[in-house]
Amino acid sequence: MQPTNLDAVFGALADPTRRAILARLTAGDRTVAEIAAPFAMSQPAISRHLKVLEGAGLITRSRRATARLSHLEAAPLRDATEWLAKYQAWWDESHGRLDALLARLQADPDPTPDPSGSRPTE
Amino acid sequence: MSETKVQAPDGVPFIDVSREFDAPRDLVFRAFTDPDLLVQWLGPQKYEMVIDTYDVRAGGSWRYVHRDDAGNEFGFHGVFHGEPSPDGFVQTFEFEGAPGHVALDRLTLTEAGGRTTVHTHSVYQSIEARNAMVENGMTEGMNEGFNRLDALLGRLVPVA
Repeated sequence: MQPTNLDAVFGALADPTRRAILARLTAGDRTVAEIAAPFAMSQPAISRHLKVLEGAGLITRSRRATARLSHLEAAPLRDATEWLAKYQAWWDESHGRLDALLARLQADPDPTPDPSGSRPTE
Repeated sequence: MSETKVQAPDGVPFIDVSREFDAPRDLVFRAFTDPDLLVQWLGPQKYEMVIDTYDVRAGGSWRYVHRDDAGNEFGFHGVFHGEPSPDGFVQTFEFEGAPGHVALDRLTLTEAGGRTTVHTHSVYQSIEARNAMVENGMTEGMNEGFNRLDALLGRLVPVA
């Protein structure tokens, strides 16, 4: 499995038509004609979008008889949301501790320093 | 309950974090700049936070270290620019595990109705460095992240 190229994923997701195409593919694999049907857009234009999605690893494509099928790949979308979620979780934890500290300071403006404040806990 | 909002927009090397606190601005500013308070909240609970220096003034240095229970240390340091005040302050930020990838952070504090919003705008030297910090700099298994960062940075070295 290729490592996720986050820039390509975010670039691919930046277009509303491509996001709508991905939403459509959650229902299952589709041919280019089936994907293009709801859009006021030509099949070549849809194909260009599919190329971008494929380049980002968000879809894979295969042949069924004369049709080219697009398949939604879950891993890159999950990776793209996960890395930001980890960063947010890191800050969430610190901010939660800051909430508690600010509440203590407002309740008691001159507390004795908490000796265990910087100790690691589980 | 307030929620930390994090944005890492596509195509620019920024990270934007904002969070509202139920406290007046002067107190929140103290929590961010007084080392005796900072040490009580900054960083994951599972790490010991040790402040080496924290000189909050124009040109002042700051450095702290997160230490895990295996004795591994993750150091961070930088310098303050301009005179810090409860309106906000600017500092450089460097993770010692990735030397040379210095970010510029601007924090602004805005109070309304007794509550204070802190907004941090961080600017990295490249989109790759921004992504590497988000992906690798703040998560468990930092050592593993360094190898990936090395590989990533290897791609950024210009070929003569």
